[in-house]
Amino acid sequence: MSKSFPEEVLEHVFSFITSDSDRNAVSLVCKSWYEIERWCRKRVFVGNCYAVSPRILTRRFPEVRSVEIKGKPHFADFNLVPEGWGGCVYPWISAMAGAYPWLEEIRLKRMVVSDEALELISTSFCNFKVFVLSSCEGFSTDGLASIAANCRKLRELDLRESEVDDLSGHWLSHFPDTWTSLVSLNIACLGSEVSFSALERLVARSPNLRTLRLNRAVSLEKLHNLLCRAPQLVEFGTGAYSSELRPDVFSNLAGGFSGCKQLKGLSGFWDVVPAYLPAIYLTCSGLTSLNLSYATIQSPDLVKLVSQCRNLQRLWVLDYIEDFGLDALAASCKDLQELRVFPSDPYVVDPNVSLTERGLVAVSEGCPKLQSVLYFCRQMSNAALVAIARNRPNLVCFRLCIIEPRAPDYLTLEPLDAGFGAIVEHCKELRRLSLSGLLTDRVFEYIGTRGRKLEMLSIAFAGDSDLGLHHVLSGCESLRKLEIRDCPFGDKALLANAAKLETMRSLWMSSCSVSFGACKLLGQKLPRLNVEVIDERGSPDSRPESCPVEKLYIYRTVAGPRVDMPPFVWTIDEDAALRTLLSLRKIEVSLDIHERM
Amino acid sequence: MEGYSPQLLDLIPKERKWLVQRDEEEGKHGASEEKKLELRLGPPGQEEDWTRKNNSTRRINDERSLFSLGYFPNVGQNTTNTNSFMIQAQKAQFQLQPTTTPQGLSVMGKESSQSCSTKVADLQNAAEKKIAFSPAPAANTAVPNSSQKRTAPGPVVGWPPIRSFRKNLAGTSSSKLQPESQSVVPNKVSSENPVDSCPKGLFVKINMDGVPIGRKVDLKAYESYDKLASAVDELFRSLLAAQMDSSAGRIQNKQESEKAITGLLDGSGEYTLVYEDNEGDRMLVGDVPWHMFVSTVKRLRVLKSSELSRLRLNSKQEKVPLDVDMR
Repeated sequence: MSKSFPEEVLEHVFSFITSDSDRNAVSLVCKSWYEIERWCRKRVFVGNCYAVSPRILTRRFPEVRSVEIKGKPHFADFNLVPEGWGGCVYPWISAMAGAYPWLEEIRLKRMVVSDEALELISTSFCNFKVFVLSSCEGFSTDGLASIAANCRKLRELDLRESEVDDLSGHWLSHFPDTWTSLVSLNIACLGSEVSFSALERLVARSPNLRTLRLNRAVSLEKLHNLLCRAPQLVEFGTGAYSSELRPDVFSNLAGGFSGCKQLKGLSGFWDVVPAYLPAIYLTCSGLTSLNLSYATIQSPDLVKLVSQCRNLQRLWVLDYIEDFGLDALAASCKDLQELRVFPSDPYVVDPNVSLTERGLVAVSEGCPKLQSVLYFCRQMSNAALVAIARNRPNLVCFRLCIIEPRAPDYLTLEPLDAGFGAIVEHCKELRRLSLSGLLTDRVFEYIGTRGRKLEMLSIAFAGDSDLGLHHVLSGCESLRKLEIRDCPFGDKALLANAAKLETMRSLWMSSCSVSFGACKLLGQKLPRLNVEVIDERGSPDSRPESCPVEKLYIYRTVAGPRVDMPPFVWTIDEDAALRTLLSLRKIEVSLDIHERM
Repeated sequence: MEGYSPQLLDLIPKERKWLVQRDEEEGKHGASEEKKLELRLGPPGQEEDWTRKNNSTRRINDERSLFSLGYFPNVGQNTTNTNSFMIQAQKAQFQLQPTTTPQGLSVMGKESSQSCSTKVADLQNAAEKKIAFSPAPAANTAVPNSSQKRTAPGPVVGWPPIRSFRKNLAGTSSSKLQPESQSVVPNKVSSENPVDSCPKGLFVKINMDGVPIGRKVDLKAYESYDKLASAVDELFRSLLAAQMDSSAGRIQNKQESEKAITGLLDGSGEYTLVYEDNEGDRMLVGDVPWHMFVSTVKRLRVLKSSELSRLRLNSKQEKVPLDVDMR
């Protein structure tokens, strides 16, 4: 092959193949393709930082320019992963600092990023351009200051939903005055006020700035100063959207917004004062994305706003929109692709908003392009789910959270099996599904047999026996991520489908019925899996093997067991498993053990 | 140890000699189970027609005895087990307790420790069940599915699945009632003090010496140092006990191991509460007025008082950072 076709040509051909899975397939064709491909791979995505080691990555792909790594499991977003679990990025940065001096992009999700790591990044990659920290933690504004001070070619700094130790707002002043390459800056997650004059100068000297998302501490009166200096903005996130009612503030603001002719996305809007909302009306017709999920705007004001956004493709909003507002959305926004409705007061059983299944049905009827839904509500019916499924067979992502666990169809008091069954039956392209409400094993039979393209499934408070989990694991041929909490699923289903786990990225189970014994068995029999038991009660060895573990995280890996476990995490390797078995049975073979160790 | 069901021994690899010993005791029975287990570890749907839909439920029931691993052993037979559940019940109790704050969870575990809580309910007697799940909503009691015997939980960690920054946001719902009132509030207040701009919920991290797991507490839920101190006691008491038990390699009687954590504020107890303020200095909790503390605290730490004693305690007035490693 390589004789008739020079390597350079193949490399050039490969450069047009951008999807990760296609590159992976290319590298499996033959040894020479593997070699050629690995030398020209520029972008790498690591879906689980413990599935491969930094060393393996840098050894195989010497020319990487862009790295994306994910750390903690998704349920970490909801406090289910104890603090200190792991997912530290430092080992990766230190390996890449040596191997990839030309690295340009780092994108991290749910990782623990120390200030030391940030400092190392800022000094190691002279061509560093894009830095995205999504839902990360562990660093402070001091670390950001070193990024600002040293990364002269930085174009994008995005701290979306990260938890930053907010020491001071001065870090922003560390960007040098000669630095003009900024394209995107998202600091919405920061708490403290940044130096406004530094921000203003930064915006003024960045001719390519397209995205700017401010934090809550930036006041409304000052927004127009920024908007005037950046009329080229495409995405803009406001700070607190409140102020005393003053005509000059309003007219300045309206002028600032209308000067930004290319605005396509708006977000922010903390503490909204509705009287200032008309300031954005003129930009509404151009908007494709609107994040009002921090904005406590009442339904009538939302209706006025949304019905002017005729080209809206994505809307995130609180349940203040109510069914009434969703009717208006369905009538006005025919291009809507993604809808997220968050609860304004998740812990109140009977809130003062009228948001039910009706609103979602209306949107599914009125918005033909709708393909992604995240919807929090307090009542649901099978009839509504069937209607949604029939209306929108093009759904790709359907996440429904009925706030009360195990709530049945409120009309018939039946389980919601038939409704979710209809979703998986009609939505052939469904890739992500989150279930809630009262569900029996039957729904998992539907999902297992019909969810052929389902890649990620979240289950909570559902099912009645192992059979439920068995249906999912023995069906769902495309499943990559499965997360389960508070379900009566246990050893049998897990052990019977153990081989399936090697085809998946990860499985999370917390508050289920999986015994420590089964975990050990899995870990022993499938060495390519890391079986992690997370238990705050102390070592699982101190309890009977049949006792269910608190949390279980299983993932495939080529890196072997990880070495950075905190004291409440146990991974099962063969030796550990044997040791436990022995100690449990008090078999006097300690000599043998010592030999093994 | 005699209380284990014999099936547990199936976990021992075949080649081990103790399996052989056991086989001699119990005949061929164990070996055949081992074989079935092996089959199940292969790709699904091969020999055992478990995947067949028609009679699969029955099959599972039939085979239950073969795979008793996931099911609770008879608790009465095993005191160790019971005690570990007692600790669990204790945890569930403080985590699921309803509070007077409208937001529901004033003490929010950083992670779910209610794991076995629903099962605990099955295991404990009725009285304990009531304590652990006192806020159970009545709405779900009429659930037609009889197999769902478990009590509907009250507030549970991580449910509904909302990120913590959205929980803080939820407090702004007060503006729903008088949306106009905000327009006259000078926005100086919110811009000067980001703490106050979150009307409800001020979560700070808290760690304790000897407990590997950090937590978060909502300072807005407590009006005084005393209430904070008792919350810290509730939060860590059983965790600390569990920690000491596990490091001692055994589970003790609950009464024996769980001691109240007292004297947190005056240094008279085994532990002392300190905090890191917004300037990064470590201070003793209780030295400044409560509101000042709330507006400057960044992180809490429960230190061993013995660690503290070698340091000079700071005075009531001047701010003397404690030279203590907070990690």
